[in-house]
Parts: sequence; C-alpha cells; structure tokens
Amino acid sequence: MIAWLTDPLTHGIVVRAMLELTLLGVVSGGLGCWIVLSGMSYSAESLAHGMLPGLVGAALLGVPLLVGGAVGLVIAALSIVVVARVPRLDSDVAVSVVVTALLGLGVLMGLSPRTPAGLGEILFGDVLGVSDLDIRLAAGLGAAIVVVLAVLHPTLMAIGFDRAGARALGRRPAPFDAVLAVLLAGATLVAVQALGNLLVVAMLVGPAATARVLCDRMAAMMLTATLVAFAGSVAGLYLSYHASVAAGASVTAAILTLYGLALLWRAATALRGRRTAAAHA
Amino acid sequence: MPEPVTRGEVLVDADDLAATYPGATVPAVASATFVVHGGERVSVLGPNGGGKSTLFRVLTGELTLSSGALALPAGRVALVPQTERSRLDFPVSALDVALMGAVSRMPWWRRPSRADRALAREALDRVGLADRAQRTFGDLSGGQRQRVLVARALVQDAPLLLLDEPFSGLDVPSAERLRALLDDLAAEGRGLLMATHDIEQARSWDRVLCLNRVQIAFGPPASTLTAQVIERTYGSEIVTLPGGVELGILPAHHHHHDHGGHGS
Ligand SMILES: Nc1ncnc2c1ncn2[C@@H]1O[C@H](COP(=O)(O)OP(=O)(O)OP(=O)(O)O)[C@@H](O)[C@H]1O
Ligand SMILES: [Mg+2]
Repeated sequence: MIAWLTDPLTHGIVVRAMLELTLLGVVSGGLGCWIVLSGMSYSAESLAHGMLPGLVGAALLGVPLLVGGAVGLVIAALSIVVVARVPRLDSDVAVSVVVTALLGLGVLMGLSPRTPAGLGEILFGDVLGVSDLDIRLAAGLGAAIVVVLAVLHPTLMAIGFDRAGARALGRRPAPFDAVLAVLLAGATLVAVQALGNLLVVAMLVGPAATARVLCDRMAAMMLTATLVAFAGSVAGLYLSYHASVAAGASVTAAILTLYGLALLWRAATALRGRRTAAAHA
Repeated sequence: MPEPVTRGEVLVDADDLAATYPGATVPAVASATFVVHGGERVSVLGPNGGGKSTLFRVLTGELTLSSGALALPAGRVALVPQTERSRLDFPVSALDVALMGAVSRMPWWRRPSRADRALAREALDRVGLADRAQRTFGDLSGGQRQRVLVARALVQDAPLLLLDEPFSGLDVPSAERLRALLDDLAAEGRGLLMATHDIEQARSWDRVLCLNRVQIAFGPPASTLTAQVIERTYGSEIVTLPGGVELGILPAHHHHHDHGGHGS
C-alpha cells in the first residue's frame, strides 16, 4: 500500500507533472471561477478549439508550439469577433460555425501526408513530458493571475453581481471583460502544452464548476476549486501510473468524477432537506 | 468621505433629453426637461414601458442620450435597480452586496477598508437587515433583496439616489421603515428620484415627473397631478366619483385596437 503511494513519486517525471498540474490548478481555481460565473465557459471552449490549426501548423513547420498556439489564438479570437458581428446571424451560431471550421481545419492539417509526430500530444497533451519552460510558464502565469484577480476582486465582484448597474458604481464593464479574456487566452495557451487541445477546457472550467455546486461564497468557491483541481490531478496521475492510461485523460476523468460526486451530494442534500420539511409539515 | 451636498444645489439638470436604445427607431424617453435639487424627493410616474428605468439608465451613464442636454454637477449617482434585474446565483452574502457600494468611491486598484465594512453593516442596519448580513443574497426574500440593494446605495454615499420601484414587494413594516429612511436621506440634503406606480405616494413627495415615452408633466404634485395629466400619463381614464374620489384607473377605450370581425 505504501509502495503503491510512494512508487510514482520516485519518478521525476511524475513529480514534475504534479508540480505543473498544481500550478495550473491555482490558475483554474482563480480564473476558472470567473469563467464559470461570467458565462465564459463557451468562450473558453471556442478559444481552445479554435487555436488547433495554429498548434498543428507549428508542429508541421517545426516552430515551438507556444508560438503556433499564440498565432492560432489570435486568429481564432479575431474570426470569432468578426462573425459574431454579422447582423441577422445569431452570434452563438456564428461562433460555433467558425470554431467547428477551425477545429476541422486543424484536424485536416494533422492528417496531411506530412503528419507531424506530435498530433496526439497536441490533442491530448503530454503532462508527463512537461519541460522546465512549461513549468516556469505555468508558475509565472499562476502568479500573474493571482495578483491581477486579487487586485481587481472588488470591481469584478461588483460587475459580476450587477453588470447593468456597474455604471452607477463608476465602472465600465468592458475593460474588465477584456482583462478576463486576456487571462483566459494566456491560461489556455500555457495549459494546452500539458493538457492538450481537447482536455484543457475541462481543467480550466471543471474544478470551478464543481466548486460552484458546493459553495455560496466567492472566496470559498476559489479555494474549493483549487483543491478540486489538486485532488483531481493527484488522483489522475496515480490512476495513470498504476493503470497505464494517458495522464491528461485520467486527470480530466478524475475532475469530472469529482464534479459528478458534487452534483450527487447536492441532490442528496436537497432531497434530505425536502424530507425533513415534509416530516415537519 | 464626501459630505452630502447642502440643500438646494442643482443635482440634475435635464433639458429636452431624449434617449434611444441601440437598434430602436423611436426614443424610449423624449422631451424630458426637469431639475432636481439637493433635499428634493421627486417621484417618477408612468405606465409599464413608460421609460422610467430608461431615464435612470441615462442618468447613470449606462445609456447615452440621443439628443438634448444633461448636467449632473454633483457627479456620483447611486442606483437601486428594479429587483428582477439582480442575479440570484452569485455567491455573495448580503454584506458583500452592501459593501459593493464602496467600489464607487475608490479607484480600481483599491480594496474596501475596515471603515467601509462598518459602513456596510450600518447600512444593513438602517434597512432593518442587521441580522441577515451573513445570509446568501439569493436565499433572501424579494423584499429583503430589495432592501439589501438600498443598503448598497447607502454605502455609495452619493448626493443623488435613483430608486427604481423600491417599494415593490415590501411588507408594511419594511415599507414604513424605507419611507422614513428616504425622508431622512432627503433631510440630509440628498436628492431622490424614485420610479413608482403609487400615485398616492407621489402626492406626498416634493415633485412629480410624469413619463409616457415623452415627458407629460413636471412640477409640484398638488398642481401637476390633474386628472388630465394622469390620463395622458397612463393613456387611460381615472374614474372620478361625485365628491372627487378617484376610484382607479380603467384601460382606455379600445377603439385603436382592431379585433377583426367587427364590421364584417
Ligand atoms: N435594453 C433594452 N433594449 C431595447 N429596448 C428596451 C430595453 N429596455 C427597455 N426597452 C424598451 O424601452 C421602453 C421603456 O422601458 P422601461 O424599462 O424604461 O419602462 P419602465 O417605465 O421602467 O416600465 P416598468 O414600469 O415596467 O418598469 C419599453 O418599450 C421597453 O420595451
Ligand atoms: Mg422599470
């Protein structure tokens, strides 16, 4: 039993993966809560999937994925902004068309005769292969996000609670929306290295969505989301080590399991509450 | 913290103000010409869709005016929104919401101080919710939420308060308390603009502004609220019994409606 727990930790790559995921967990605990509460989950998914052509392009050309990802993000963001403004076209529909097109383009590029070696890595990530640069980036990003969110906290709370009334509090929502969007793009770019194009959203949104079910204060929600991300990462890495399954996928599965458990717990509590109420009636 | 302005200073000066929502062809408010001084309680009367909330959006800067002129010499404006606009799923306590009022007095990089927290507690106390400070906002009753939003406006400590139907959903004791609180705020020299559907209450305030997409009238209620003005405001008739007792508002004759089948 002890060996079952300690064995994985004797491997440097597992420890590094845990470090990387913990840093990303801090990102997801802070930023993820704002993504969930301000209805940006869909944007998060759109950005992550829309950047695929950039990542595959980088792999084909042999430039760093970070560069390709950044270019892909800018292209995805611009196309989303442009089509969302087409009059007479529901913006959600327009965005989903563009994102699906970009995702399809990325897959086509990936299936070209010169298929790059790392396509699976781009789609599903490679937590166990994170480089020092990845870890430093995640640390820098985590620190930046914690600082920005802490400084802006009062304003973000006031706008999030009452968007329409923000002007009466002397705040225009647009610049603060832009800050959240930039942080989201940065987080996607850094996290995609470890978690892959398809799983990054689960890591950014899943822990916060779980915390949303369990908490009714913002501070508690952020702390819980960070803990859920950490617990999911540890559980996922052990699963991956002992059952020899892909690390990114098992971490995602662990987070989704925690989300499911939170929903069940919530439903059970509600049911018990109703029984008690009925018994008193 | 700024002192409330002294009685009599001009807080709002609207001159033939009109505002149109983006995409709309006709203005939602037009020809609004009125002045609010410190210490004045002004009620805004009008039917559903009459433009009361729209006027408040213009005063807070959420909606830009499409023509006319608007001066707000005192600067800061506090708004108590119509409750149905507030979010129930946000993870905040009543105290958190009241404290949000402090944001309007700070630059974006500052956080509320200990004094602001004390002010937020005091504001909750003034609306009779001191014992509910730690409750989750979304779990409060409609009337309690309304009062928390009043507390948020108190924490803003603005010289001008806009209240969008603040009495809707309040029980009698809470309404009494709010009425006394609003009178106190006016006595401190603040200007109050309140959207309401209660003509009787409008009669007891200092000024009344009647809005039905255009301004119908503005002035002291005794001389302004004539049967004719009320009829034009609501586009309907007040039934006046012999002896001058107003029974209520009946819908206008439906001659402009075409129900079909009439002359066929
Ligand atoms: N965000 C919006 N975009 C476009 N039109 C709007 C918007 N909000 C309100 N309107 C329109 O403007 C008009 C005035 O609405 P407003 O909300 O100001 O009325 P109100 O007097 O506050 O009514 P109520 O008594 O029901 O609160 C209505 O015709 C409404 O349909
Ligand atoms: Mg209204």
